[in-house]
Amino acid sequence: MNFVLLIFLPIMAALFVPLLFRKLKDIHTGWFVLLVPVSLFIYYIGFIKTTMDGGHALSELQWIPSLGISFVSYIDGLSLLFTLLITGIGALVVLYSIFYLDKRKEKLNHFYVYLLIFMSAMLGVVQSDNVISLYLFWELTSISSFLLIGYWSTRDGSRFGALKSMMITVFGGLMMLGGFVLLGIMGDTFSIRELIASSPTFVGHEFFTLALVLVLLGAFTKSAQFPFHIWLPDAMEAPTPVSAYLHSATMVKAGLYLVARFTPIFAVSEVWIWLVAGIGLLTLFWGSFFAVKQTDLKAILAFSTISQLGLIMSLLGAGALAYHSDDPIFKFATFAAIFHLINHATFKGSLFMIAGIVDHETGTRDIRKLGGLMSIMPVSFTVAFIGSMSMAGLPPFNGFLSKEMFLQSMLAIRHFELFNFATWGILFPVIAWIASVFTLVYSFYFVFKTFAGQQKSEPLPIKPHEAPVGMLVSPVILATLVVGIFFIPNLIGKWLVKPAVMAVQPDLYNHPSEVDVDVAAWHGFDAPELWMTVSLVGVGLVLFLTLARWQKMYDIQPEYLSLNALYDSAMMFGEGGMNKLSRFYMTGLIRTYLIYMFAFIASITAATLFIKEAFVVDMDSFSPINLYGVLTAIVLVVAVCMVLLAKTRLSAIIALGAVGYSVALFFVIFKAPDLALTQLVIETISVALFLLAFKHLPSLNNHGQTKRNKIGNLIIAAGVGITVTLIALSAHSQKLIPSISQYYKDTVATEAGGGNIVNVILVDYRGFDTLFEIAVLSIAGIAVIAMIRLKLSRKEESTDENQ
Amino acid sequence: MEFLMAIVIGILFMAAVYLILSRSILKIILGTGLLSHGAHLLLLTMGGLGGTSPPVLAEGVADYADPLPQALILTAIVISFGVTAFILVLAYRSYAEHKTDNMNLMRGNDEHD
Repeated sequence: MNFVLLIFLPIMAALFVPLLFRKLKDIHTGWFVLLVPVSLFIYYIGFIKTTMDGGHALSELQWIPSLGISFVSYIDGLSLLFTLLITGIGALVVLYSIFYLDKRKEKLNHFYVYLLIFMSAMLGVVQSDNVISLYLFWELTSISSFLLIGYWSTRDGSRFGALKSMMITVFGGLMMLGGFVLLGIMGDTFSIRELIASSPTFVGHEFFTLALVLVLLGAFTKSAQFPFHIWLPDAMEAPTPVSAYLHSATMVKAGLYLVARFTPIFAVSEVWIWLVAGIGLLTLFWGSFFAVKQTDLKAILAFSTISQLGLIMSLLGAGALAYHSDDPIFKFATFAAIFHLINHATFKGSLFMIAGIVDHETGTRDIRKLGGLMSIMPVSFTVAFIGSMSMAGLPPFNGFLSKEMFLQSMLAIRHFELFNFATWGILFPVIAWIASVFTLVYSFYFVFKTFAGQQKSEPLPIKPHEAPVGMLVSPVILATLVVGIFFIPNLIGKWLVKPAVMAVQPDLYNHPSEVDVDVAAWHGFDAPELWMTVSLVGVGLVLFLTLARWQKMYDIQPEYLSLNALYDSAMMFGEGGMNKLSRFYMTGLIRTYLIYMFAFIASITAATLFIKEAFVVDMDSFSPINLYGVLTAIVLVVAVCMVLLAKTRLSAIIALGAVGYSVALFFVIFKAPDLALTQLVIETISVALFLLAFKHLPSLNNHGQTKRNKIGNLIIAAGVGITVTLIALSAHSQKLIPSISQYYKDTVATEAGGGNIVNVILVDYRGFDTLFEIAVLSIAGIAVIAMIRLKLSRKEESTDENQ
Repeated sequence: MEFLMAIVIGILFMAAVYLILSRSILKIILGTGLLSHGAHLLLLTMGGLGGTSPPVLAEGVADYADPLPQALILTAIVISFGVTAFILVLAYRSYAEHKTDNMNLMRGNDEHD
């Protein structure tokens, strides 16, 4: 089966959503939509067997073969892992949304169309082997994310957040496209596999580092890495299912996917390792530190997502060390990255859903107003507890395993010798430890401030109660996974993680089973990561218990010094500056635009004549001066001057008539009797028409035209006039290809049986031309009638209505 | 002769552009009229003004004027008449609606951006 088409299945399904929404009002549209991710998930599970053997599946759909652009679905361990996340979490999110979004109040037809578009786009991103189609899908995820964040489009916050995410991610996407094009130039192909195959030749290429930085910009903006993370908290305006799906489980991981996918190409570079690991670590710290400051449940989760994405990013960066050293301790990091990616999707997905449930059932997400929900919402509390403890890195939850591996990988960096790591490498475990402390603090903060303690005296907007069963199904499934993975990590490793690791580092392994990592919860008392965990739990607990005392510290940072303020002012400046700039040249006056056009035509034509040395005058080809011609020319020029200088309308119109009749005389002189006849008739009618309109038009008026205006106009007019003269001369003097006139002259009697060549050309050789000319004339005639007949009173009527 | 015609055409275009850039609608219409005359003569001149007899087949004549530019101009004359009629009515109409023929006053406002 050509499974590349499956990428487009959700988009195809989206076509039916509006219809289903309208026709079957009693059934929540989500139930139909649910079929799509579920069936895709089941289908894609079948690929696990292939990838476990280190194989891959390939399916191609030609798009623009001449440019080497096609849709290729390339499924290896990494793509499959993401595909399963997209479809699996997608199914759970759709199920959850059925209960979250009211079928009567919400615009479900919009919501599910956007969601399905996103699903297609995301599948395309992770399966595309062609960088151009990958870019296309990448931008489509940005657009669908924009639409989903702005779903409640009447809220200011939604629109602001939607725009912000779009500006930042699309900026990154464009940078990434630049990187792809550079890669395409270096490797002479757009296929990722072929790029990887020829990557050894890239090193030292002048574009190599530039391409690397550009691709990373795309990844960092999408995965909300510092300093581009600012869009993610604002994206929380989206409905919670969207936040759970796009902004924690899938779309923000596209950047991680990109980094993982391009690791084989770039890992040899020092810049890559420092940027990916360094920015990742900084983001990890930044996100966890500021998560504690937040008071909105979803904002806490947003910052925690930023932080966790940074964690995975730094692991991917550390994983690249394996390309420079054979020491097995460096091979740990990539496994840990992929493993944590799965774990994060499970616990963060469930936490987002719980935040949505709390919001849904109490009417607020403000943590200061919440408290003591434990007894009212026991199931939600349990799920939240499991998720938070996993996020904090405590046993017996899956987050503990990957957190330990993370600490282990960070500790291993100390032993790396190259690229100044001997000096600075120690920073990695230190910052990782501090960030983990804050991670623990915000995890506790999230779950205990909401569910434990006393209910606040101020009543909640809605009387709280446990969520409906349907809404709890998805978070409970995810929480079960959180616990389940803790007990079977090596199975998950064998099925999903190791094939993915092999896909990330194909040159290091020949078969997934060679990835020599065994996940264990217990490493013995002498394992340093154990003591790191113990110490961070201790410090974290102290910090959490004293939270009320030091949380105020965050207020020290003034708002105007934040990255958000920087973004806002950049946007304001950009918008205002652009507005001023375009106001400057877009005056709204037709005259201004005409000046641009005429000046441009004159200058560019004159410049081309000059540069191409096209101005040639062949004196010999000129026909002899004709006395009548000279006289007519004098009459014509005098008449033109009269038109220009006329003080009254009547004299101007008469002078224009004189010009027309002189032109008719020219036609006579130059042996064009048909033209002369037509010109005489038309000119007569035109003058009559002018005189008719004369009655209704105002007298000639300068309207305060200044001398400067006139001189400006004159200069442009002179420029156009001179250019046209030059063109006329050189066009006459050089004939690059022979005229087809001879053909007409030769065949007019034999082919068309006519004598008057001009007439035969018009009605026979170019008959259609003439037909359309008649059509144009009749359209003009209809328009003339319409404009005369149309009543003037329309404006008055509309004001009447207003009254 | 072509040299002289080239200059005449240049003058026609110059006058036309000058009028089109002015602020009064009527002058703009006069300008377009001159512009089409200029364009017609330009076509004719580019084809060459030689040819001793009109392009109608006749016994014993070999040197016809070039028929192709003439055919093009014939079409153009008629079309330009249509255009002139149309913008005349347009001018009449806009004057009746806006009570002004000052192009500087006829501009979009911010709401139309």
